[in-house]
Amino acid sequence: MLMFPSDSLITSFVYSMSALPPFKPVTSYWFRLSQNGQNELLCFPSPASPPPAAMIHSLFLINASGDIFLEKHWKSVVSRSVCDYFFEAQERASEPENVPPVIPTPHHYLISVLRHRIYFVAVIQSEVPPLFVIEFLHRVVDTFQDYFGVCTEAAIKDNVVVVYELLEEMLDNGFPLATESNILKELIKPPTILRTMVNTITGSTNVGEQLPTGQLSVVPWRRTGVKYTNNEAYFDVVEEIDAIIDKSGSTITAEIQGVIDACVKLTGMPDLTLSFMNPRLLDDVSFHPCVRFKRWEAERILSFIPPDGNFRLLSYHVSSQNLVAIPVYVKHNITFREGSSQGRFDLTLGPKQTMGKAVEAVLVSSQLPRGVLNANLNASQGTYTFDPVTKMLTWDVGKINPQKLPSLKGSMNLQAGASKPDENPTINIQLKIQQMAISGLKVNRLDMYGEKYKPFKGIKYMTKAGKFQVRT
Amino acid sequence: MSASSAFNEEKGGSSSVGEPEYGHDPASGGIFSSDYKRHDDLKEMLDSNKDSLKLEAMKRIVAMIARGKNASDLFPAVVKNVACKNIEVKKLVYVYLVRYAEEQQDLALLSISTFQRGLKDPNQLIRASALRVLSSIRVTIIVPIMMLAIKEAASDMSPYVRKTAAHAIPKLYSLDPEQKDQLIEVIEKLLADKTTLVAGSVVMAFEEVCPERIDLIHKNYRKLCNLLIDVEEWGQVVIINMLTRYARTQFLNPNMNGSDKTFYGSDEDEDEEEEEKEKKAEAPMAKRKPYVMDPDHRLLLRNTKPLLQSRNAAVVMAVAQLYFHLAPKVEVGVIAKALVRLLRSHSEVQYVVLQNVATMSIKRRGMFEPYLKSFYIRSTDPTQIKVLKLEVLTNLANETNISTILREFQTYIKSMDKDFVAATIQAIGRCATNIGEVRDTCLNGLVQLLSNRDELVVAESVVVIKKLLQMQPEKHSDIIKHMAKLTDNIQVPMARASILWLIGEYCEHVPKIAPDVLRKMAKSFTNEEDIVKLQIINLAAKLYLTNSKQTKLLTQYVLNLAKYDQNYDIRDRARFIRQLIVPTEKSGALSKYAKKLFLALKPAPVLESPFKDRDHFQLGSLSHLLNAKAGGYQELPDWPEAAPDPSVRNVEVKDSVRAVGTVTCRDRERWKGARVCSRTRANPPQERKHQRKSDQQKSDSESESDEESDSESSQSESDDSDSEADDPVCNNRKHKCIDSSLVLCLQNISPCSALKSYELLHRIRGEGLSVEYCFSRQPFSPDGNMVAVQMQFTNNATSEAKNLHMEDVKLQSGMRVKEFPEIELLPAGETATAVMGIDFCDSTQAANFQLCTHTRKFFVSIQPPVGELMRPVFLTENEFKKEQGELISVTCRPPTPFLSDSRFNSIRFILFCIAQNRKLQICLRGLYSLYTYDILGPETHHRHRKNSPKNEKTLPRGKKGKKP
Repeated sequence: MLMFPSDSLITSFVYSMSALPPFKPVTSYWFRLSQNGQNELLCFPSPASPPPAAMIHSLFLINASGDIFLEKHWKSVVSRSVCDYFFEAQERASEPENVPPVIPTPHHYLISVLRHRIYFVAVIQSEVPPLFVIEFLHRVVDTFQDYFGVCTEAAIKDNVVVVYELLEEMLDNGFPLATESNILKELIKPPTILRTMVNTITGSTNVGEQLPTGQLSVVPWRRTGVKYTNNEAYFDVVEEIDAIIDKSGSTITAEIQGVIDACVKLTGMPDLTLSFMNPRLLDDVSFHPCVRFKRWEAERILSFIPPDGNFRLLSYHVSSQNLVAIPVYVKHNITFREGSSQGRFDLTLGPKQTMGKAVEAVLVSSQLPRGVLNANLNASQGTYTFDPVTKMLTWDVGKINPQKLPSLKGSMNLQAGASKPDENPTINIQLKIQQMAISGLKVNRLDMYGEKYKPFKGIKYMTKAGKFQVRT
Repeated sequence: MSASSAFNEEKGGSSSVGEPEYGHDPASGGIFSSDYKRHDDLKEMLDSNKDSLKLEAMKRIVAMIARGKNASDLFPAVVKNVACKNIEVKKLVYVYLVRYAEEQQDLALLSISTFQRGLKDPNQLIRASALRVLSSIRVTIIVPIMMLAIKEAASDMSPYVRKTAAHAIPKLYSLDPEQKDQLIEVIEKLLADKTTLVAGSVVMAFEEVCPERIDLIHKNYRKLCNLLIDVEEWGQVVIINMLTRYARTQFLNPNMNGSDKTFYGSDEDEDEEEEEKEKKAEAPMAKRKPYVMDPDHRLLLRNTKPLLQSRNAAVVMAVAQLYFHLAPKVEVGVIAKALVRLLRSHSEVQYVVLQNVATMSIKRRGMFEPYLKSFYIRSTDPTQIKVLKLEVLTNLANETNISTILREFQTYIKSMDKDFVAATIQAIGRCATNIGEVRDTCLNGLVQLLSNRDELVVAESVVVIKKLLQMQPEKHSDIIKHMAKLTDNIQVPMARASILWLIGEYCEHVPKIAPDVLRKMAKSFTNEEDIVKLQIINLAAKLYLTNSKQTKLLTQYVLNLAKYDQNYDIRDRARFIRQLIVPTEKSGALSKYAKKLFLALKPAPVLESPFKDRDHFQLGSLSHLLNAKAGGYQELPDWPEAAPDPSVRNVEVKDSVRAVGTVTCRDRERWKGARVCSRTRANPPQERKHQRKSDQQKSDSESESDEESDSESSQSESDDSDSEADDPVCNNRKHKCIDSSLVLCLQNISPCSALKSYELLHRIRGEGLSVEYCFSRQPFSPDGNMVAVQMQFTNNATSEAKNLHMEDVKLQSGMRVKEFPEIELLPAGETATAVMGIDFCDSTQAANFQLCTHTRKFFVSIQPPVGELMRPVFLTENEFKKEQGELISVTCRPPTPFLSDSRFNSIRFILFCIAQNRKLQICLRGLYSLYTYDILGPETHHRHRKNSPKNEKTLPRGKKGKKP
């Protein structure tokens, strides 16, 4: 049981409680305090404390059921109870993603991101650009994903020591220190099954033996002393179509978001240039820091010394609408009749502008109105599921055969006596088209300077649907 | 688990590690599992001499810390291992130490000596890590040790250690704020550091410790601007935010033409284009004091712009806010595209960006109009994002796009997300108030919504309709009539109440219907909700006052019903109203004014964006997001009325020159010159940057130099007597060799050094074709004002190149180009030359064009060094003296007898002029005359005389006719 050291502390505790805007019964605090069993009462900053420093004070990881399963402090310890404000905001929000990213509390500010159903809650004490913190938290998640393959609660718990070591290197006193994955990997080796086994047998460690010289180099994003027997460089051009199609099938807005993800495994310090057949297509671009901006400005050529391994070289945007081809069309007829407890559902998909390529991995999903009890549908191809709780209809279509168009037909049962729903559901579509960049972007050539060997080069194109919605 | 089994083998399973579960999850045990016992075995493991056991123990301890379990009682056992050889054990001990040192101050001191030793290590990374941990230990006793370590590390050879020192500064400051003064000294020193590694960290330390000491930035301003692009992302954010504040204190408002500041400040609702037009119209009026952007201001804008392409959203946002707060209105538009790009990112990023876009779109609507569709809402967006997008769409609505936006809103109204529907209705209301033409359409649309099944939707619509009707009630009596009819159907109390209020308020517009509504309401009075009852009483009172003949009895009836209502509010209201409206003997003077009281003209509610005026907070900041000042927020200062002295940013001396004597403010310019040259040899790329920068300054100031120099020369005539005394000395010593660094400096911009060729197209880029050019310094015969550029084409490819010509010339205004004749054929391995002429219009702006072969086009540009734009002249000694006299008379600061060598003074003066960005023409002329006279031997004079007419003064080309 927690013992209060003195009366004065209790009064200060009560005082700070009363300063909280939404009053919480003290018992809940009592519970939290006794759970941790530390003198956390000291953690409310005293008024005479020095001006706050450090951008990110602490980090809490909270899972979907509201448990704090990891905490890390870069400065003095901040009590877990600060997360209660977060839980309150979470309760107020109807959906998990509606928790405001920034929550003010009397002494701190909580900035959180939600990824993989884990909330990463950073505690800060003073003015800092919120995007700075958000961007950093996302970088942390990316790093975890890079290290453990997935970023789940289980993965983090299993690798808690590596996680701690990573967090220690990524922030110093709350200010980002090393966020480049190449440097981090030099400092802390990612756990692999093989390495875990070797480590347990030999007693060696995850922590890199050699010193992280990468941090000192002029190309901080690249590991030093890289060696491969097969030198390869692969580039994936992946484009996503974001579109809103209206009821009648005409495009309201459409744009293409593209990325070039690279996997470069080249020995030494290669200097690459990548040129496009039609660079003018790209409306707006953002680069990995390795790309030389001046050369892009002058010649529209990507010139860079790549990081080792996987990285995102470029993301771009094609916005002019006439360039955006819409690969599929949807014929739909979703109606509810007044007075009857039946509704009609009729959906047919067909390929539109696909340049002869097959449309694959098509997945249709739609949030049906609340009044719908269940759906009796018949899919000409693939399988459909309807979740009567969330009212989510999902239809896994697979590949579209242009000769025999896939369709989903049938009826929906409505709550008896309920009136006809006002709203019509929106249809979200996911799809994939291999070997084609829908904007028509083409890589012209890839050249390597600075090294003698001949690398193996590969380029892959793919088109996906991003936020592709059809209004009905 | 494996380690614990290893342990078991060794110790024969004597300890409690027998349970393998513990190895993985020490904290998972029940509440009652004995902490004491478990920690005991950890202690034993830590004391063993096997690294693997220590490591396992540390891993378990760290896992405990991660879960927030208390592991402080292990402190002594852990700290012993601080000097462990195994790197991972050591690192984990550091993690532990930093976590618990604050609670166990005395024991923590045991570890200090290890770090002190580490600080002296020959390896820079070990030094850095020692400093990092040492400074993270929050124990007040070691403050002096930390201070010493930081000071030492700040002058370390390794930039990485210096970076760590910068990181340590805020740590020490938060531990002991009294060290501030000493820390500021360290910050000042580190600010002068020229490496990109240090820049971000030290600015962060500056922001935390002494953000008010803006004076520390002056000298480093240009350096920071130039380093910015190479600094790591997080440092960029901090530097950009700091420079935004700096620029607000040091430069003039670029959007202010003379005195019409308020005029432009208030025109939020106008279109961007209109503003521009007006600005142009206004321009001649304001010409008496034209605004010229400080070149340093321009430098900042130019160097931050490429960062809009960063992959880091925080950097993009930082640049966007910098442009929003600092750039001239015409240029702010560039940030829109980048911000829209961020909308594709994670929803938290979207949330922050949309908040900022919402604020920006109120002030600069035109900026985001082309991207209207990017703000369209998808059903899968989280509600908070939807509401923000709606806000932006509403801000962007104007006469031309309103129909599209309203159509879009119509689909939103059908959404399943009712909070969002309510927000949409509010948005429609705002569009209707802002844009008069669509008010009726919006009203009709909203009236239709009144039949919606959702209470929230109806209530929201009624409320919005009420607000809209309040603006023009007389026009909309039919809507009021329509709403009156709705009372039969609508059951939502809030909506019924709103309708009754409307009818009561505007009963004069619906004189026939109003009494009828009252009649119906009187009938159902007892069954109504309280808020509706209150409004029925209100309606009755208002009708009684306007139409007492028809409604007297009804009113009495309603008031009587209310008198016996269960709710005391309603009883009170009834009593109060009866006294007011029904004249009796007792009711005093008040009833006379009843009509005025009830039917006073009520002001229409203003529907305003919640983001209005939020831009007094620096955009992108936490305070802006919360719309409340966060702790530690630095106010964005207002623009100064008059620009502070720009010369404070000129850079100071390096050591070698400092020996000459104390440096006064005035001497700085000489030092600057000296520095430029010393860099020439040591660090060519940086030097080039520097040079380009000063070129830029010159070209910027050139336009104004003519008018201003004339007026100022007469003004400063009185200073002549002072300076005259120096002249003889000057002439006597004229052949003396001068400071070698100065020579170098002058060579830098002079045409008298050997012809230098520059690369126009590298052979790799040009796919075999390489092109070099040089300034041939021959007069260009077709046009005297043009500079001749000789180009040398070499074909290194295996195939021939055909039809070499240029195309698509892009020039700054005023510049002209004479193209070189097309080269029909260039066989492989051959070389050809061609001459083209460019009139650079006395600026150092680059001439951009495309170099075309029969197959390819290459973008190339030619940028001239200043020296290549000038022509040498010959002066006799007398002429030189005259020139120099004129020169001195121009200055308001005569050379002081600070240095005995007055010739040196005049050179100093010239350089001073260059940096002042004023009187470029004169200063170049002076510089040149000095130069030809003092530095060159007769031989070079001779060479130049051939090329140029005798006695012509040196002028930038193209200005020769204008010389006074």
